[in-house]
This record gives sequence, structure tokens and C-alpha cells, in this order.
Amino acid sequence: MSPRLLVPLCAFILLGALLGAGLRLKPREIPSPLIGKAAPAFSLPLLSESQRALASADLKGKVWLLNVWASWCTPCREEHPFLVALAREQIVPIYGLNYKDDPRAAQEWIQRLGNPYAESVLDRDGKVGIDYGVYGVPETFVIDRSGVIRFKHVGPLTREVWTRDLLPIVQQLRS
Amino acid sequence: MTHCAARLVAILLLAVCTLAGAGVAVPVAADPALESRVNTLGAELRCLVCQNQSLADSHAELAVDLKNQIREQLRAGRSEQQVIDYMTERYGDFVLYRPPLKASTVLLWAGPALLVLLGLIALWRSLGRRPGTPEPPALSAADEQRALELLGDPRRDAGA
Repeated sequence: MSPRLLVPLCAFILLGALLGAGLRLKPREIPSPLIGKAAPAFSLPLLSESQRALASADLKGKVWLLNVWASWCTPCREEHPFLVALAREQIVPIYGLNYKDDPRAAQEWIQRLGNPYAESVLDRDGKVGIDYGVYGVPETFVIDRSGVIRFKHVGPLTREVWTRDLLPIVQQLRS
Repeated sequence: MTHCAARLVAILLLAVCTLAGAGVAVPVAADPALESRVNTLGAELRCLVCQNQSLADSHAELAVDLKNQIREQLRAGRSEQQVIDYMTERYGDFVLYRPPLKASTVLLWAGPALLVLLGLIALWRSLGRRPGTPEPPALSAADEQRALELLGDPRRDAGA
């Protein structure tokens, strides 16, 4: 075959590879600028007891997960059974940021579906959510002992994502 | 008499309508100048939920919250740049419709110009390679004579 005929073939293969790679990208996942930075400070009322507050500073010294959730969020329901199972394994404490939710609906959700959270705090106006760059619930952050965000996962957490992405980081941070 | 009553009712109804309408035209924003700044800035920022809409266009809940943030911060006397910094600290350059020029965005900014340049080079080369229009073959004296006979002698025609 003459080399001239190979040019369109090569161009086609290149274009196919390019478009194929494009299909695999997830343009909706926005890289967070907060990775490697101090987790934004908050002090918010507890879902279980709204007179008491939990501050992010109280969690210094331990590795923890911040899971942003809401009772109105359908993908949260999808990930909830996994969170409950994960909490039972006691690898890392999960703290919930109840985002723009009605506390009564949130409490009902916890009672009905189980409570994977060490505590959940109420972010009723979503300001703390904005500080954390939340744009789609659920989101899960890995925060280290000194309060630095090490990883962020957007979308429902699954066993697969956990084992692949979060667990190695958590293990490394705890060692 | 009935006409009179009907007219009265119509006038009353119209009056009621005018009164009811009077309450509607209250300006939505208490401060139109601030609102226009919010909208100008909102048009520069991308809605994180819809992603192909600006904050100003979007009605997603997060977009409304972020617009409220912009409004609050501008009202508190912050500059446009400070608000943009606030947004990029949280959502990264993704939130900007005009990404800044840096190492990771060079291709984005230079890409179109580069493609045009490549196209021009390709065009230049393909035009250069194409053979020019061939020279018409020279006619022998006999051929020319014959052509003149067939076409008619233009000099003779012009003279006639």
C-alpha cells in the first residue's frame, strides 16, 4: 500500500483515539482547589441536639471523613447503606454535613435508614457548603489530623470507589 | 337606568384593577446599581450545577445562593476582584468563564490560533504544489491560417 493511502487511516485512528479518550473524561467533575489546603473552619449545631455545636477545630488530631448529605438528595439514599456498613467497620469516623435540609426530615431519615455518622451538623443556609466548594450532594472529603483536606469525592460513595480511592489515603494518613 | 348601573360597575371594576396593579410594579431590587453589578459579575461566573449557564442566567439553588453571596459581599464593600477570588478559592478556575492564562491553560488560549496557523500552512503548501495552468501550445503557421479561416478574420470583420 502506498504511504499516501496510510495518511487518512492514521488520521482516522488518531481521531478515534482522541474522541474515545474524550468519552471517558468526566467533565462534570470539577477538580477542587481545596485539596492540600486547610479545611474551612465551621461551628454548627448538631442534628441530634441543636443546642450543642460541633466545630471543625474539635476534630483536630484525628483522621475523619466529611460527608455532605441531605434528605432531599436521591443519590445520598443510594450511598447510605454503604456509609452504614463503612461506619460499622470503624476504620474512620464519618461526620455528616447536613446540607440545606429540614432538620426534622433529616432526623427521620437517620431513624429510618440508620445512622452512619459520629455526628451530623446542620448547614441550613448552605454557607459552609459553599466554603467547601460543594456543588452536588453527596460529596465526601478526607481530612487529616492537622485539618487539611486530602481528597474529595463527588457523587455517591461506593465500596469500589472507597477501596480504590479513599481507603489507601485514609490508611496512609493513619499510619 | 340599567346602562348607567352597568357603566358604574365597569368603572368600579377598572378602578379596582388599577389599584390591584399598583402594588405589582415595585422594583425587585432595592438597589438597582448593586443589582446590575451582581448581574455583570454573575455573567462572568459559571454555574456549578448547570455548567453551561452563567450564574446570572441560572436558577439552580446553588446559583441563587452564590448570587446572594455576591450581593452580600459587594454590599459589604468588597471589590469585584475580591468576590472572584472568593469563588475561585472554593471552586477553582472552573468557575471562571475567562480562565486565566497559565501553564495549564496555554493550549486552551493558543489552540485556536495554532489551528488557524496550521490550516494556513497546509493551504500554502497545497497551493504551492498544484501545477500552474499549462501554457497553450504554440500554433504552426498552417494551423493559424486554418483557425483564421474557421473563425473569420477579425481584422477583416472590423474593417467591413
